[in-house]
Amino acid sequence: MEYKLTYQTYNEALKKDKLLGLKCNNCGTITCPPKMTCQECTGTDLEVVELSGKGEIATFTTSFVASLGREGEAPYTIVLVELEEGAWLMGNLIDIDPSKVGMELIGRKVKLGHKVYPGDLYSAGEGVRPLFSFAD
Amino acid sequence: MRRVAIVGTGHTKFMFNSPKSGVELLAEASMDAINGSGLKPKDIQAIYCGNVLGDFSEGQGMIQSYLADDIGCFNVPASRFEGACASATMAIRDAYTWVASGFYDIVLVGGTEKATAMGTPLATRTFAMFSDGRYEYPSGITFPAVFAMLAHLYSKRYNIPLEKLKETLALVSVQSHEYGVKNPNAQFQKEITTEQVLRGFMVSSPLQLLDCCPFSDGAAALVVASEDVAKKLTDKPIYITGVGQASSGKLSAQYKYLPRLRAREVSVKQAYDMSGLKPEDIDVCELHDCFSIASLIAAESLGFAEFGKAGELWEKGETRIGGKIPINVSGGLKSKGHPIGATGASQAYEIVRQLRGELVDQGRQVEGAKVGLVDTLGGDGVIVSLILSAD
Repeated sequence: MEYKLTYQTYNEALKKDKLLGLKCNNCGTITCPPKMTCQECTGTDLEVVELSGKGEIATFTTSFVASLGREGEAPYTIVLVELEEGAWLMGNLIDIDPSKVGMELIGRKVKLGHKVYPGDLYSAGEGVRPLFSFAD
Repeated sequence: MRRVAIVGTGHTKFMFNSPKSGVELLAEASMDAINGSGLKPKDIQAIYCGNVLGDFSEGQGMIQSYLADDIGCFNVPASRFEGACASATMAIRDAYTWVASGFYDIVLVGGTEKATAMGTPLATRTFAMFSDGRYEYPSGITFPAVFAMLAHLYSKRYNIPLEKLKETLALVSVQSHEYGVKNPNAQFQKEITTEQVLRGFMVSSPLQLLDCCPFSDGAAALVVASEDVAKKLTDKPIYITGVGQASSGKLSAQYKYLPRLRAREVSVKQAYDMSGLKPEDIDVCELHDCFSIASLIAAESLGFAEFGKAGELWEKGETRIGGKIPINVSGGLKSKGHPIGATGASQAYEIVRQLRGELVDQGRQVEGAKVGLVDTLGGDGVIVSLILSAD
């Protein structure tokens, strides 16, 4: 069975600040990031849809210790965002001082942008990360 | 299915910068387990071992075959298990199923790791390989960051002010170090205070240095045998009476269920159902405390506390020896150390020794312990549960 929405296609869209997901024609759930099957009902009758890129912060952390080759990025804030369409998406939060953020972030409304992660020896090429900024 | 028992154990000291190779460490633990079972290497019919990052830390893959050759188990089928930090527990569960099925009578199982050889930047990179490499690593996810996000979510979901939660989490680390001092195999042999935990440098907010387990080198091994063989080898066989294993997807795919981990609830239910036991029947538990918050999340999923209430176990001393459910009285991953490919075997080793009553001299014996639980988490996607019983 062919993969409906691959990492490559998803990334190319994200580079244009377009967030793609999969809508399940069986139960209506939006799966994002994409998978072979619906996140809830495991259905495979899925349709590629463009999502709003809007949501609110479900949780966060500011990382002060980074992986090999990414030391210069620290400190940086990672967020899990609950999208308007229900799915959760991991990304970074910008337009803040990462070392000063706290619990007040949870529930803040955000909108999506992107930044290319160039990749390293182990990443099989580049990646694209969602960059969220406040929308409220 | 036949009954299956653990008949012998081995465990190296856990430490920074071991001068020994991963194979040497596991060979030492394995020979202690084999000799302690009254067996010879030629008696071993198969080897299952956990090793996660030998490829990166030593440029060594396929460690299982070199181990087999090293200890003189020539040409036996040997398999390596990779389930991040739960690798060795997966190996034990598979050893159990193969012996229970009657295919083998005697299997050597264990695990080894030399994580500290990588140094912190590469170790942090490789540990992050147990998050989703495509959709989540680009955002800079690290393993502390996963549990840091769960800590903030836990605080919000259960309406516990973060400052209060952090004080409770500090108690988890303090208790682990207190027992680690009594464990000669432990990496850290010093007590710490709540103030020290709360003064530590921030790794990934809200988790500070002493909320986090260390990178470690070490190995542990067990010999698993069928009941009839076990009874000939030892008068203290420790039976594997329940096993469970479950998997889950990337952190974002677990979304609205978080901070609970559904895979753990699925896995431990398998083990409880199989053994016919309940959480209140467990006398001693080794659970996966890779980070302080992980202990609370685990204790709740395992059925020792209501969701959002596990902190009270540590606050009231219920997790200490003499408490309702002694947890990680080995020092846990936090103080004993966490050589990831070995951790599950180390946890099982600890429970076996507790159930055999062998820890009196170390001053950390849970008196009369008959049933123990092992809980191991790998990345955000593997859980293995084992219930061990003295009879």
